[in-house]
Amino acid sequence: MFVTCLADLMRPQVAFAAVALLERAGCRIRVPREQSCCGQPALNSGDRASTINIAKGVIRAFSSDDYVVVPSGSCADTLINKYPELFRHDVKWAGRAQNLADKTFELTTFLVEQLGVELEQVSYPGVCAYHDSCSGLRELAIHQQPRALLQQVEGLSLRELEDGSACCGFGGLFSVKYPDLSGRIVSDKCGQIAQTEADTVLGGDLGCLLNIAGRLRREGSDLKVFHVAEVLAGMTDGPAIGEAESEDTA
Amino acid sequence: MSVSTASRRVEFQDRAKLALEDASLQRALAKARGGFVDHRQEAIDGLPEFDAIRDAARDIKNHVLANLDGYLELYEQQVIENGGQVHWARDTEEACQIIAGICKEAQAKTVTKGKSMVSEEMHLNPALEAAGMTVVETDLGEYIVQLAGETPSHIIAPAVHKTREQITDLFHEHHSPLGYTDRVTQREALVNEARSVLRERFVTADVGITGANFLVAETGANVIVTNEGNGDLTSCLPRVHIVTAGIEKIVPSLDDLAVLLRVLARSATGQEFSAYTSLYSGPRRPGDMEGPEAYHVVLLDNGRSRLLGGQYQAMLRCIRCGACLNHCPVYGSIGGHAYGWVYSGPMGSVLTPLLNGFDQSLDLPNACTLNGRCKEVCPVRIPLSDLLLKHRVEQHERRLSSGLGRLLLGTWAWLACRPRLYQGVMALPLRVMHMFGGRRGGLTWLPGASGWTGSRDFPAPARRSFMRQWQSRKVRS
Ligand code: SF4
Repeated sequence: MFVTCLADLMRPQVAFAAVALLERAGCRIRVPREQSCCGQPALNSGDRASTINIAKGVIRAFSSDDYVVVPSGSCADTLINKYPELFRHDVKWAGRAQNLADKTFELTTFLVEQLGVELEQVSYPGVCAYHDSCSGLRELAIHQQPRALLQQVEGLSLRELEDGSACCGFGGLFSVKYPDLSGRIVSDKCGQIAQTEADTVLGGDLGCLLNIAGRLRREGSDLKVFHVAEVLAGMTDGPAIGEAESEDTA
Repeated sequence: MSVSTASRRVEFQDRAKLALEDASLQRALAKARGGFVDHRQEAIDGLPEFDAIRDAARDIKNHVLANLDGYLELYEQQVIENGGQVHWARDTEEACQIIAGICKEAQAKTVTKGKSMVSEEMHLNPALEAAGMTVVETDLGEYIVQLAGETPSHIIAPAVHKTREQITDLFHEHHSPLGYTDRVTQREALVNEARSVLRERFVTADVGITGANFLVAETGANVIVTNEGNGDLTSCLPRVHIVTAGIEKIVPSLDDLAVLLRVLARSATGQEFSAYTSLYSGPRRPGDMEGPEAYHVVLLDNGRSRLLGGQYQAMLRCIRCGACLNHCPVYGSIGGHAYGWVYSGPMGSVLTPLLNGFDQSLDLPNACTLNGRCKEVCPVRIPLSDLLLKHRVEQHERRLSSGLGRLLLGTWAWLACRPRLYQGVMALPLRVMHMFGGRRGGLTWLPGASGWTGSRDFPAPARRSFMRQWQSRKVRS
């Protein structure tokens, strides 16, 4: 499994949830230590040389695995679409990059399309709004997969956002370089979330979820934010993303 | 370099900040946004083969760009055959000179103009005014912008940044001296008042200048698409008609034109067809009831031919429909003026640095979340976000980006290539941030990202990274 740097540092539970889902479906999981980040911050800053170095490390780290599963649409997109493009003119690496791309899947896509998973008894009593993250939606056509899985969760009902395919304003380093713009876009997004009257926001990309959760917290909202994997794996007892720790979990 | 780079950065950011704080701008933008998006979606839902037509539209433009010289020559021949003249302008200055020259020769006092972004690119109005002419914009949006002494903020809806109250005030101020002393506030009444003021101008104008949505090589026609019919009055009534267009506006044939028209209005306003689609192919012929005595076409290069054959050539496919602006979250937040030049939104962020250099536009390719919606809606499938990323690569390679940013990024990337070291180094900041933010669930202030925490919390990270926890889990089992 490719953990992604945000799950690794910010929300390990997302990666544990992904592991649990895959193990329950009968997969054997290997988490190579030689991984950190897919390189998006460098890629999106126009630093091709650094991205290439990072990408080579990722390609090497997973060369012996049958599948690479990623609990993020945007990082999966990097491995699947951006790496082959980076190495297009490199005879030595083009094949290896394509090889990695061919066996890499975003988590919900893998569960639905490769494994046809039927979830074990899991429930989440809540009204959930689903945020489709941009790269996953547009580059990997991730839309129906998480919804199909969430339908199997007992007690959960889904609400659609009015302009669901609009960006949340995260954009990685964009949110740090242009915080005012990013702040405006995410507050629009939170307005649309509020309109759905959901009590929980779900999504498949931690970057967007951290952004949305951060804004909701600042607005004083008590909406819960979870990664879709956490709900599917039944790991929603602890604090949601951006939520204060209760005494006993700290 | 870095000093001037920094000061330029501030310019865009300052304009963006002002825009975010401008309450009436924000009201106007919020009102426009949903409308454009919904209308386009409805129009496309009604045309199942839309994607196939988009492919065809892209292919036509690609074919033209691959054979541009030939088609431009053919077009020129046809125009001459029809009795018109074609003028070639290398840059905007030359274009202004040519147009001012034609106007002077016609002894023009009043010039009416249809909507033309390329004339905005040339800064044509000030040039003609300096030559002693009165210039009147006849597109309602352009007219409003002209009265306000501003520039268009959207390529198809020039006054989209104005609220109705602001337009009411403007009209009242400028039309009262002409005898329209009632203060009209309703949409229709405003339109009617502008119509009747403009009617007078149409009849008295000596020269009419229009843009062109397309130029048809096989017939020599220029095509304009409007919803107000002002373009037709500008083209037909004055003695002299001047068409201004970029050299990339060529389509080979009328059949090709039909394909592009099918995607243009749907993408722009969500209409199946605009109210007026008119083809003009030259001056009045003996026996014609109407039409200008002289017909000129001024074709502007201004850096476009430089893009042929290069990695940005796809940008020349643009048909200026505005869909990418309407679907851009950044444009939707700040409007067009913050971008600093005539072209805004995603197409502007790609095009401005290409035509003007990075000098005034270092920020543009970076002020984008790369969400890709622009690329998804573009009727000629220009990969806008990919082109923005190419700009970033170029900026990085030419060392135009901020030194500190490069240092931080470089250090991080160096670490990221050494995962074991990375995992060790990250442990400390993680603990610290967790310590400060764990209780609340997030940090309200973060050094180095105080901008982020200005408008939202930074959710607290875990106490121990996944990789660490996973290692100990493995050891335990
Ligand atoms: S880039 Fe595409 S979407 Fe944007 S204005 Fe041009 S044609 Fe329209």
